[in-house]
Amino acid sequence: MTEAYIFDAVRTPRGKGKKDGSLHEITALSLATQVLEALRDRNGLDTSKVDDVILGCVSPVGEQGADIARTAVMNAGWAETTAGVQVNRFCASGLEAVNIAAAKVKSGEAEFAVGGGIEAMSRVPMGSDGGAWPVDPTSAFKTYFVPQGVSADMIASKWGFSRADVDAYAVESHKRAAQSWAEGRFSKSVVPVKDQLGLTILDHDETIRPNTDMQTLGGLNPSFAMMGEMAFDAVINQRYPEVARVNHVHTPGNSSGIVDGSAGVLIGTLAAGRALGLEPRARIKGAASIGSEPSIMLTGPEFVTNKLLGKLGMEPTDIDLFELNEAFAAVVLRYMQALNIPHDKINVCGGAIAMGHPLGATGAMILGTVLDELERSDKTTALATLCIGGGMGTATVIERV
Amino acid sequence: MENFKIDVDSDGIALITFDVPGRSMNTLTGKVMQEIPEWVEQVKTDDAIKGAVLTSGKSSGFCAGADLGDMAAGMLGGSDLQAAFDAGWRLNGALRALETCGKPVAAAINGLALGGGLELTLACHYRVVGDSPKIQLGLPEIKVGLFPGGGGTQRLTRLIGVQAAMMAMTEGKSFRPNDARGAGIVHEVVPAGTEVEAAKAWVKGGGKAAQPWDDKGFKLPGGGPYHPAGIQNFLVGNAMLRKQTYGNYPAAMNLMKAVYEGVQLPMDAALRVETRYFIKTLMTPQAQGMIRSLFLSKQELDKGALRPADVPKSDPKKVTVLGAGMMGAGIAYVNAMAGIETILIDRDQESADKGKAHVEELLKKRLSRGQLTQDKYDALLASVTATTDYDLIKGSDLVIEAVFENREIKADVTKRAEAQLEPGAIFGSNTSTLPITGLAEASVRPEDFIGIHFFSPVDKMMLVEIILGEKTGKAAIAKSLDYVMKIKKTPIVVNDGRGFYTSRCFGTYVAEGMAMLEEGISPVLIDNIGRSTGMPRGPLEMHDDVALDLSVKIAKQTAEDLGAAYQPLPGSEIVRKMVEDLGRYGRKNGKGFYDYDQKPKVIWSGLADLAPVKVDELSMADVEDQRRRLLFRQAVEVARCWEEGVIDDPREADVGAILAWGFAPWTGGPITYIDQYGLKAFVEQADAYAAKYGDRFSPPQLLRDMAAKGETFYGKFAPQKAAA
Repeated sequence: MTEAYIFDAVRTPRGKGKKDGSLHEITALSLATQVLEALRDRNGLDTSKVDDVILGCVSPVGEQGADIARTAVMNAGWAETTAGVQVNRFCASGLEAVNIAAAKVKSGEAEFAVGGGIEAMSRVPMGSDGGAWPVDPTSAFKTYFVPQGVSADMIASKWGFSRADVDAYAVESHKRAAQSWAEGRFSKSVVPVKDQLGLTILDHDETIRPNTDMQTLGGLNPSFAMMGEMAFDAVINQRYPEVARVNHVHTPGNSSGIVDGSAGVLIGTLAAGRALGLEPRARIKGAASIGSEPSIMLTGPEFVTNKLLGKLGMEPTDIDLFELNEAFAAVVLRYMQALNIPHDKINVCGGAIAMGHPLGATGAMILGTVLDELERSDKTTALATLCIGGGMGTATVIERV
Repeated sequence: MENFKIDVDSDGIALITFDVPGRSMNTLTGKVMQEIPEWVEQVKTDDAIKGAVLTSGKSSGFCAGADLGDMAAGMLGGSDLQAAFDAGWRLNGALRALETCGKPVAAAINGLALGGGLELTLACHYRVVGDSPKIQLGLPEIKVGLFPGGGGTQRLTRLIGVQAAMMAMTEGKSFRPNDARGAGIVHEVVPAGTEVEAAKAWVKGGGKAAQPWDDKGFKLPGGGPYHPAGIQNFLVGNAMLRKQTYGNYPAAMNLMKAVYEGVQLPMDAALRVETRYFIKTLMTPQAQGMIRSLFLSKQELDKGALRPADVPKSDPKKVTVLGAGMMGAGIAYVNAMAGIETILIDRDQESADKGKAHVEELLKKRLSRGQLTQDKYDALLASVTATTDYDLIKGSDLVIEAVFENREIKADVTKRAEAQLEPGAIFGSNTSTLPITGLAEASVRPEDFIGIHFFSPVDKMMLVEIILGEKTGKAAIAKSLDYVMKIKKTPIVVNDGRGFYTSRCFGTYVAEGMAMLEEGISPVLIDNIGRSTGMPRGPLEMHDDVALDLSVKIAKQTAEDLGAAYQPLPGSEIVRKMVEDLGRYGRKNGKGFYDYDQKPKVIWSGLADLAPVKVDELSMADVEDQRRRLLFRQAVEVARCWEEGVIDDPREADVGAILAWGFAPWTGGPITYIDQYGLKAFVEQADAYAAKYGDRFSPPQLLRDMAAKGETFYGKFAPQKAAA
């Protein structure tokens, strides 16, 4: 089978996902468009060679609705022959989009494809698209549905992570993100967002607090205690009767931030790249998605990692750098615990706790980040993965070439 | 029509009077459901009729709902699902025809309207209720394992919104007339007796012949499931239901499903969805067990099904209670509430007064809630006399002793009380453990000596266990039952034995929890699994509630009584150490398996030293197995009680278990549980548990024989005791 290579990866900086966030006045379409424009312009890309653009988006309604990928392709002035499709694998949508693009390339369906994502969370709030799972009693009962934050708190409770543990993790995330910006580690991928006049409106991630500490974070109230005590703690406790009670450790300070952002990864065959004079940066070595127990919901990364590494005949120790989306601190702590991964091999540039998690785009962003970091630190192999609503995990292993 | 009478007045208003012949209360029998479309058709097509008013011809109430016995049998005649749907649709179809008949129809609710009775009025365009304390409006179906299947899930939600309607239907609670008006369930509250007049006035005043939900612009109050506000009702509502039901009650889940799907549909389709979920629910073993035990059997027991028919009915007017502690005072309170004059005796006046103060406290609660007038309160309080004087016993129809669980003390009060008793009066012992035959030895009239076992707290617990000593006579049984019926509790009648029926079987639940603890299952798992069986509390926390020192005391007493035959219960050494070495007595001193000095309580950290944890996690399949283990342990003991003759009527075994010790109500009771599990499968599973956990699981020969013959308890031992 043909191999799939990464030729470029770009992302917008992440703007605070509220009405006072810098990107709030930029449409979702514009964010996605600017990513596609950048991919084209940086590479002098003949877009007629790109068969498809796959964009992840988790709340595909309103301005993000009706296949925003195709809308962005047209809006960016790409060849009208390039197709576009929007996909939704919740928080891993961006990585899933990359994996689909790679699969299209590997199968021979496409010579070039873009995988990426878009989420303007300040403009289209989370949950805007409804959905039966938690609302329809048929599925909610059957699966012991609880909101993600309660699941994350259960992970902390079940595997013994205290408030201090998760806060300490968060402090480190901010520190790493700040240091990475200071050292210019993101400069290869980040494309400043332009306003309606073409002036730069944001050129850095907006939510990093380099000086945050345990004391500051310790003062924050748990986000999911009230909702949990209302009923959801009891629900997940029925699924995990071995736990005495849910300890609500997660706060806005140790959970991923709500932000606006977009990203794209250009993938193609070696031959197609050569024809256009593009240099491959890495090979997509493998990808996988799995389902896991939906009530605790966020333990999928462990299982998808095992599955993918097993398929590739690899061990966790064969991976130089891990990137696991920091949806909640306990998710990462549990992953490190389960797979015995040292902290200095994972999320080395910080993560979504510091920089935010634009749901549909994050997967493509962290893949770009870890690729940059492989190159910077001259390492070879990386694995990117995300925990996912509904109890899933998606992962991708890349290898520099 | 035999159930409805139509009178058209000079204004062209048809007064439809609902009056089921030969019954004290209107219920929705099959025949009634058949006749509703008949008068609806007449109202619709008769040009002389301008509108209609529906009322009840009974002073007992408007309508108490569906005839559950009738219904379960009628709808589930066979395995034909279409036929079951059609039967279930009959009422919904009729009520839909009623609300779309094109002429204004008002309900004049002149008495209680529950379940299908209320649903009938919800299909009317206007509801007038009489202002009477006797009137309650509600949809209590959930209490017997069902949910409203006559349009209630759809009409109540559309009237008052999903949140309020779900609360009313999942709690099954009733509304008083003014509360119903406030909630928006009825339109008007009028002086009792003027309901029909007011309803007619509405029709005459141009009442609208259409339901709000048939209006094009209708909006569901509070919003539907995908409305920004309405979504919370489902997100949180689903979780609340699981929290409360542990997934054990299909009725609650199906109710939520009917509401979720129904409110997104126009009424006709919504009603079809409701009927489908209703039939689905009715077909579950849980609903069938609950209807039988909690409705039919309980009703029969309440009416005296176990009473010897050949003893003339008695009416106890004066009752003496010996011992004014919590139990004695509780009994005095329920006596007072039933209009029985009560002598409350204790050793000293101070103790007696303390007992009466408790009665006063309970009565005050009712007074403050408006459930008693001041006059009535004064009279009830005055009907209880606190004293030390045994002479006041004279003239009592019944004496109930509720003194310490000590044979000597009980013997002493028995003798002193009997000295004052006239012939025909009964002496009842409220012991929970001491065999009645032994206690009766202190009596000079053992034929009048009987066990009358109340549960704590007496004002809330609905069961009374009547225990027969060897010499207890028929008259004593009949009179005791007459008394229990008068205080409006549910009686069961059992034979003597250690722990009788309820204490003995309840004890196995707590004891099995101890066995699990000794095996090394984590205490957190044990209590979470216990709660998930549908029992009110986990076995360890229950043990704390009962008191650990009591448990040690009972074990010692049993060891003394049984001598060489005594076998200590698993885990009893753990409890002994906790009590004797560490002073942990349970909830009463804040130290038991849990520490109670923080809220919520936490497992005592030292417990792991006495019972090292070997199992701190179980798969869902193993959790299910342990759940079943806890239910099986109790059910096997119930079967043993049956084999030993302690119980002999499936109704008292099932109803008694649910009401006395909270045996998982969704099962319909332990006997129903065994029957539904299948005797053969039950014996096999019990044998498997016996092999793994010990002989206490070994099924009695009775079960093996029944399994071999393919019998069931309800099939083999169909209730035969005559009704009064």
